[in-house]
Amino acid sequence: MPQISLTVNGKPVSATVEARTLLVELLRDKLHLTGTHVGCDTSQCGACTVQVDGMSVKSCTMLAVQAEGASVLTIEGLVNADGSLHPMQAMFREHHALQCGYCTPGMVMSAIDLVETHPEGLSEEQIRHGLEGNLCRCTGYHNIVKAIAAAWPLMHNKALPVAAE
Amino acid sequence: MYDFTYAKPASLADAAKALGGDVEAKALAGGMTFIPVLKQRLNKPSTVIDLGALGLSGIKVEGNKLIIGAMTTHGTVAASTEVNKAIPALADLASNIGDRQVRYRGTIGGSLANNDPSACYPSAVLALGATIKTNERTISADDYFQGMFTTALNPGEIITEVHFSIPEKAAYAKFANPASRYAMVGVFVAKTTAGVRVAITGAGQNGVFRHAAFEAALAKSFTPDALNGIATPVDEMNADIHGSAAYRAHLVGVMAKRAVAAAQ
Amino acid sequence: MVVDGIGASVKRKEDLRFLSGRGNYVDDMNRPGQTFAHFLRSDVPHGKINKVDISAALKMPGVVAIFTGDDFTGVGGIPCGWQIHSKDGSPMVEPRHPVLAAGKVRHVGDPIAMVVAETKQQAKDAAEAIVLDIETLPAVAGMTAALAAGAPLVHDEAAGNVCFDWHIGDKAAVEAGFAKAHKVVRLDLVNNRLVPNAMEPRAAIGDYDVSSGEYTLYTTSQNPHVIRLLMGAFVLSIPEHKLRVVAPDVGGGFGSKIFHYAEEAALTWAAGKVKRPIKWTADRTEAFITDAHGRDHISTAELALDSEGNFLALKVNTQANMGAYLSTFAPSVPTYLSATLLAGVYKTPAIYAEVKAVFTNTVPVDAYRGAGRPEATFLVERIVDVAAREMNMDKVEIRKKNFIPKEAFPYQTPIALQYDSGDYMATFDGCLKAADYAGFEARRKASAAKGKLRGIGISTYVEACGIAPSAVAGALGARAGLYEVANIRVHPTGSVTVFTGAHSHGQGHETTFAQLVSEQLGVPHDMIDIVHGDTGKVPFGMGTYGSRSLSVGGSAMVKAMDKIIDKGKKIAAHLMEADVHDIEFKDGKFSVVGTDKAKTFGEIALTAYVPHNYPIEELEPGLEETAFYDPKNFTYPGGCHIAEVEIDPDTGTVGMVSFTAVDDIGRVINPMIVEGQVQGGIAQGIGQALLEHAIYDESGQLLSGSMMDYTMPRADDIPNISVGTEVTLCTHNPLGSKGVGEVGAIGSPPAVINAVVDALRDYGVRHVDMPATPAKIWALIDAYQPKMAAE
Repeated sequence: MPQISLTVNGKPVSATVEARTLLVELLRDKLHLTGTHVGCDTSQCGACTVQVDGMSVKSCTMLAVQAEGASVLTIEGLVNADGSLHPMQAMFREHHALQCGYCTPGMVMSAIDLVETHPEGLSEEQIRHGLEGNLCRCTGYHNIVKAIAAAWPLMHNKALPVAAE
Repeated sequence: MYDFTYAKPASLADAAKALGGDVEAKALAGGMTFIPVLKQRLNKPSTVIDLGALGLSGIKVEGNKLIIGAMTTHGTVAASTEVNKAIPALADLASNIGDRQVRYRGTIGGSLANNDPSACYPSAVLALGATIKTNERTISADDYFQGMFTTALNPGEIITEVHFSIPEKAAYAKFANPASRYAMVGVFVAKTTAGVRVAITGAGQNGVFRHAAFEAALAKSFTPDALNGIATPVDEMNADIHGSAAYRAHLVGVMAKRAVAAAQ
Repeated sequence: MVVDGIGASVKRKEDLRFLSGRGNYVDDMNRPGQTFAHFLRSDVPHGKINKVDISAALKMPGVVAIFTGDDFTGVGGIPCGWQIHSKDGSPMVEPRHPVLAAGKVRHVGDPIAMVVAETKQQAKDAAEAIVLDIETLPAVAGMTAALAAGAPLVHDEAAGNVCFDWHIGDKAAVEAGFAKAHKVVRLDLVNNRLVPNAMEPRAAIGDYDVSSGEYTLYTTSQNPHVIRLLMGAFVLSIPEHKLRVVAPDVGGGFGSKIFHYAEEAALTWAAGKVKRPIKWTADRTEAFITDAHGRDHISTAELALDSEGNFLALKVNTQANMGAYLSTFAPSVPTYLSATLLAGVYKTPAIYAEVKAVFTNTVPVDAYRGAGRPEATFLVERIVDVAAREMNMDKVEIRKKNFIPKEAFPYQTPIALQYDSGDYMATFDGCLKAADYAGFEARRKASAAKGKLRGIGISTYVEACGIAPSAVAGALGARAGLYEVANIRVHPTGSVTVFTGAHSHGQGHETTFAQLVSEQLGVPHDMIDIVHGDTGKVPFGMGTYGSRSLSVGGSAMVKAMDKIIDKGKKIAAHLMEADVHDIEFKDGKFSVVGTDKAKTFGEIALTAYVPHNYPIEELEPGLEETAFYDPKNFTYPGGCHIAEVEIDPDTGTVGMVSFTAVDDIGRVINPMIVEGQVQGGIAQGIGQALLEHAIYDESGQLLSGSMMDYTMPRADDIPNISVGTEVTLCTHNPLGSKGVGEVGAIGSPPAVINAVVDALRDYGVRHVDMPATPAKIWALIDAYQPKMAAE
């Protein structure tokens, strides 16, 4: 069985896995990082979204062996050492952007990537389109969109530019 | 998923050897289609050959050619300054494939090798008359696509690059399947010195195809109105729970006009 | 004054664990020595099982055991919790629903065998080695096919595939109304079949303790006590004290996790056989073919009106798909949860409804967010719109003319229900204003200038929730009570643990209930914990569905806290040497009226547990009380929803431009959570109206069997949703709350479809069945404009 080494939430990890093991299975079953969820089997729902080398990916559609040498960040790794929340987590709470919490970790990981890759600003339309890969059945997305818009200034340390209509 | 042996060869030669020597071996590019297929146990490869270490990723412009490495992801194409300058329609197409997570991993080579009848890239490759370079040869787009999920690739043959001639004008218009967001109808129009080509993905019963009647009309006048009254044969269209053949034939016309308008 | 009590948008307590990946969902749990189950399921819609050969599979690596239908002969069938009687007085046909298929398979997804193995993959591998000999039988997927003469029978005992043929209302009065009608409007409607798709797939772990003989089932349930009762008493014959059911964090339910599913019984039973824990987690594909679906009604409605547009009578005939077996509450959905709501917010004097429930070779159909009330509301609000058009009346005026006026409450409808309170004009006017209804025409013109068809749709609704008074529910066929329980445990230092029978799977109970307790006992929010979802901890409760948690479960808490305060007053009177009648409890303090003598809540709690100076002759030590609350009536939230859409006539795409809701849900505890509930419900309603459809082909295969083909609402399908409230209090529960979980899904679908039909006003379109997909809308437009060659 393949041996893999990678970094997960800043810590080096080695594991022996079957070649068919998915990254999400490595995280949940071997590393007991159960914050990353599985909500579908057709790569649609995005509940399993984590960051691999800074890019948000669906960990149910990536083999664990493909993460060899990579740096993986999961929802568990977002909380600061002093226990304080990442601005995206904080804004999700502030704006009631979660209900059952199941899609939340993937939604937060995806949202962080969306904000990080749009330093020029984000319109509501861009946020909605940018969430194409994440499904939520509880919130109707309204408050998720609000939370992401609210996190943008905190993550970029400046006011969110108002999109010219 | 059935278990398999995993290999990540460091050279194209090794990858070709591994794939060529074992009919049960399968290549893994971005995996965005292949891994879900494996998860459903619809495929049972002996070995999965990861093409990720072959150095096949990259974008460059050489003369009138835009060259994209086979392992270049959709996200990279969408964000590329070179692509946005040379063929903005291609960057636009790439920016609407799947979702952001999928675009970080899905590749142009993987998409073309799979030739899903509702994938976006085949329409661009066919309309732009691109050539597909493999470890063995160069294949023209017209020869490459041979019906849904079928291509001119030999067993074990690996796409390395796609060469696009830079057109005068081009655009892609996609009507997404409401559920999967794959192309229900995607129309890529391109105007080059050699003429106008129109390729349609998603709609046809046999994968991506060129629309001769549209091409002839647009060659005379590259305007949306030039397409007025030109029908698309309904009996060559797909039908499923998301739309009838007649609806798809109609959408082909609508999306073609929108693409032409966007290409102005 | 409590800052985080009733009416405050307190941030949720549960969010910290969900946001940091520390939620505890069933699939996150693992038991020592755990094995894994995989269910081999039927891929044919109907078939006779000749043989299930497990001999090769048993030899596969890692296999612990394999069970088939034959192993469950000594076990009961999965019970149905609600009995309906037909017009002729006969009880509904209630075929046995075996845990694993016995003799026949009746829908794609019907479980045939359960493989237990050391790993998930090994269980799957072994399942592939089971050799099935199944003789395919002709199947019926749709109700029309099932009711056709000579149709194949899903169950031999259900002649004509009819489960029951029920009716309600005064038929003669309705006929009289039609006889004197100026106009009769008739409409055929389909309420589309839906797949609930909570984001967390179902999962369960069966566990058995050999030394104590106790079974534990960890399961994704909205009501663990109900599961314990149904599974323990009816299926497995395990007494309550030897069966614990735990439903920890649950990732959404929407009704689909109310029901007792076969997998729960199979896992629990098999854990006792293999004497090891067995875990099963559905994948999404499995969810599509095993979670109970929702809706799936076909109706014909006729509304009689006088020349002024007053409604005289309403007649409805509905066929309701039950699927292949009767799920837990399935029979109640089209009957007492739907037909009884056909009065809507209108004073229609005579109503008669007939409902035929039909077996088909499809997944069982049961309650899904709204359960029956969305179907009734869709029917009423569609036919009212059609009536307005055909009477040449304004759709606002026809509604106002027929509203039950606020002076008429309590209002007895002609079909069973008595609405306690409401002010439909207030929510209506509020919503028209919030949606800028008056400004619509200008917006329509602006859209037209861009080549787009804009439409506005109104829906008003009332629903019956807070389910329910046990006596009423029992008389209507419920086989269980429908009260709720709360146990309030005040600890010696004054912190409080609340044990509630309600279950939170997204509703934010840990926050809302803590606000309630904080308000009433004056204890700070962070000194209160809410415990739910474990039959080993909580007294027998009924769980969460039917928007009942606050109105029924919260009321039980109020009653239990009343008892705590009463006892506290006695202790305080003793300590302060005052008469108990002179003790007042306010803001967390017991004080002697007219003096400055007071004891804090914490001091009284400590005294109760350290009873050195205590009226021990009259009063037991300790401070812990339980209350069961059985409501006197349903609660009746109501309101108005307005949708605005823009259609692209070239493609048929319907874009949601805006959505406005003004609801009367009674007293609001946490406005932030209430808004979230309404927004989420509306998104599901928009999904039903525009996107979602579970489609079976004629042979019984589910064509929309994955998220690749079943359109789930995404962020860019849903507009911003404006939510407002107008409050009238519920008159019969101590909180005055009515419930909010379902209003969004009930009020929104007809608003959207009314808007779509309005947008198509120039295309001769009278009605559009849901979902209004681009293909469907384009076909309507295309049919109206027969090919004018060029454009």
